[in-house]
Amino acid sequence: MSPRWIFPVVVFSMVCGSISAKAATIEITMQNLVILPAEVTGKVGDTIKWINKDVFAHTATARSGDWDVAIPPNKTVSSVLKKAGVVDYYCRYHPNMKAMITVAP
Amino acid sequence: MFIRSSATFAAISLLSGAALAQGVKLTDPQIAHVAYTAGVIDINAAKQAEKKASSKEVKAFANDMVRDHGAVNKQALDLVKKLKVTPEDNDTSKTLSKNAADKLAELSKLKGAEYDKAYVANEIAFHKAVDSALESTLIPGASNAELKALLQTGLKIFQGHEQHAEHVAAGLK
Repeated sequence: MSPRWIFPVVVFSMVCGSISAKAATIEITMQNLVILPAEVTGKVGDTIKWINKDVFAHTATARSGDWDVAIPPNKTVSSVLKKAGVVDYYCRYHPNMKAMITVAP
Repeated sequence: MFIRSSATFAAISLLSGAALAQGVKLTDPQIAHVAYTAGVIDINAAKQAEKKASSKEVKAFANDMVRDHGAVNKQALDLVKKLKVTPEDNDTSKTLSKNAADKLAELSKLKGAEYDKAYVANEIAFHKAVDSALESTLIPGASNAELKALLQTGLKIFQGHEQHAEHVAAGLK
């Protein structure tokens, strides 16, 4: 017969466990035609928050063709990482804007 | 190789020609005028392309030019207003506008795929010319820090468009 206090401890650690395993949100900023940070690491299920601080429209376009996110001027757009791998991406309107995301499974 | 370097030379002299070759230093109001004029020229060329281009990609590119250069020039106008500076017309701006008007007239005679190719080729050459003018003359010559910063953003925009134009050109058959 286990003591009564074990149950709350188990529930508590289950909740904590699920929180730490929960998908993260990664912020990527586009400002003055520069993508920062230029390299980020995330995992499948994480959300990328694309923050465009420019007065210009940008895109985050995967070279693999897997995704293409349009980010209007001074807007924030979110997208979810669905596939593992190293993804090089760029802005279709300003191909000199380049960056990379490493997505773990 | 020879063709390319002479084209680059022509592009640079297009911009730096009259005023700069004689070692005349541009003032901030003149630099602002040159940068603004470069934007207007590209918008006018793009407006012609929006009407005349037959390729979907070329039309979309022209649309991007109108949008981006419109946004940069709006920032430029806001800045000169804030700094209480009146952009001042000058020989470099005049040469630029004259050459652009000639080019526009030349392009207006072309049609279809021939027009598309010529427009995009001119966009590459024009953006390259503006890039080198910004890097070698306009940015180093600007005294006001905010004007310098805006020109630096302008340089990144122009470099981005040059690469975009090269990509569009590669897709044209």
